[in-house]
Amino acid sequence: MIMLLPYAVAALVLSVIAGGLLSGVDRIVTARLQSRQGPPVLQPFYDVFKLFGKTHSVVNPWQVFCSFVYVTASALALLLFFMRGDLLLLFFILTIGAVFQVVGALTVNSPFSQVGAQRELLQMLTYEPILILVFIALSMKSGSFLIADIYRLEEPLLPSMPLVYVALGYALTIKLRKSPFDISASHHAHQEIVRGVLNDYSGPQLALLEIGHWLDVVLLLGICSLFWSTGVVGMIVLLAATYFVELVIDNVCARLTWQWMLLRGLCAGVILCVINLFLLYAV
Amino acid sequence: MNRLEKLQQWFNKRINEGRLKSPWIVHFDCGSCNGCDIETLACLTPVYDVERFGIINVGNPKHADVLLVTGTVNSRNRHVLKNIYDQMPEPKAVIAIGACGMTGGVFRECYNVLGGVDQVIPVDVYVPGCPAKPEAIIDGVVTALERIKVKLGLIEDPALSSGEAAAALEPVSSFTQTAPEKGVESEAAALTGESSAARSSAFDAPASDLSAAGATSAKETAAQGDATAENPAGETSAAAFEQEPAAQSETAGGTTPPAGKAQEHDGKTV
Repeated sequence: MIMLLPYAVAALVLSVIAGGLLSGVDRIVTARLQSRQGPPVLQPFYDVFKLFGKTHSVVNPWQVFCSFVYVTASALALLLFFMRGDLLLLFFILTIGAVFQVVGALTVNSPFSQVGAQRELLQMLTYEPILILVFIALSMKSGSFLIADIYRLEEPLLPSMPLVYVALGYALTIKLRKSPFDISASHHAHQEIVRGVLNDYSGPQLALLEIGHWLDVVLLLGICSLFWSTGVVGMIVLLAATYFVELVIDNVCARLTWQWMLLRGLCAGVILCVINLFLLYAV
Repeated sequence: MNRLEKLQQWFNKRINEGRLKSPWIVHFDCGSCNGCDIETLACLTPVYDVERFGIINVGNPKHADVLLVTGTVNSRNRHVLKNIYDQMPEPKAVIAIGACGMTGGVFRECYNVLGGVDQVIPVDVYVPGCPAKPEAIIDGVVTALERIKVKLGLIEDPALSSGEAAAALEPVSSFTQTAPEKGVESEAAALTGESSAARSSAFDAPASDLSAAGATSAKETAAQGDATAENPAGETSAAAFEQEPAAQSETAGGTTPPAGKAQEHDGKTV
């Protein structure tokens, strides 16, 4: 596994670029769905570079620390994914990053940040059990939590666990900050709590969080790609279709409440996963 | 070492590129009648789609690069305006939108109104009109980017190099220049109403495109001379609007007071 480290580092650098480009394509497709033209595809890079050039205006040093921990954790989780490591370890590292993002938002007095942080915690409460169940389902099929073992499978996983994939879609929607689950912070401006958990990060800190978000998106899509681990073409088609469906859902849905998210999102996701786990166990 | 410097140069280049290609906006309604606000928000609709230029309306001063202010400043909301401005990290630009944002508009004689936005914070670009057209607002943002370019030292200050500030801004902004011609004239016509003497003075003045706005802003700077002195950043663009009227105020000195009176009169009747 450690032999893969140089490739993993190269893939990590590439995934920063891929994540930015994906975000640019995301914005263009969203604009087209709203019959707008949309920004250039490199727009996310312009945004991030601009943010790096802004003067530091932090409320307290914790924000700087938390934004660095967040982007480091996201990078480490992705590195572990590229090294075909342990899914559970990857999950815990991902959680550390998300928690520190919340901690940074909780250290400031702004009510928008506070509400955004609480909502982010509720979002984590929703997507983390789903992710764990998805990993359990993957391990039931491959025999271990190692990603390397999933790549050894000869059949794609999607036909045997479609319900788990749908449940993973819930987690993906939450992690992508897409409607109806963009309650803690939204890419679209003018939310009722402004930018929620991102509200008081500004300048370079916000740029770091944005890069961390790109890495998270790439990681989540990577986990989706495990469901078609046997062929590159199938993988790309699956990911493109998944992302497009996410965008359509984002554009046809309103932002809903956290109660709705917990009830429909968490319950539906867990039930779908459990049904599929029983099916896997029975068959 | 050399390679490191090159990397740093590349990074700085990208940062400057980003500054010009992703101006995020925060919009503050400083007691506007909502006319300019509606026009500002119209820029975000599919018709104008300012996201083409990377412009996003973020609603959060800590993330914003450009502050759009509509409406007059009064003694209550000046603190809010100052607070929003102070929360924005540098580099930043301020755009005053509409007749009210520029000078106080029809409300400028009200007992509680301080006047235009430049009474409180330095303004980089003035977008005239009542209400300002969405095209003019977009052009105002583009003009603000040119001013940021000057601030960053990417281009030479056109106002300084040519000496004629009003003419120098011309190639950059067509709308912010032409908008006053239509907007302010019609506004002046509406303001003066039956007072044809004041109306004709607005048309007959040598620099007719800026005369009406100039009449108010020149008067204002005479009344509150410290406005531009305490706002050095907004000085050059303010000068763009003031230079001609300042020269003109000598010639039109006799005709300006009637315009002011008509405005006052109109303010009372309406």
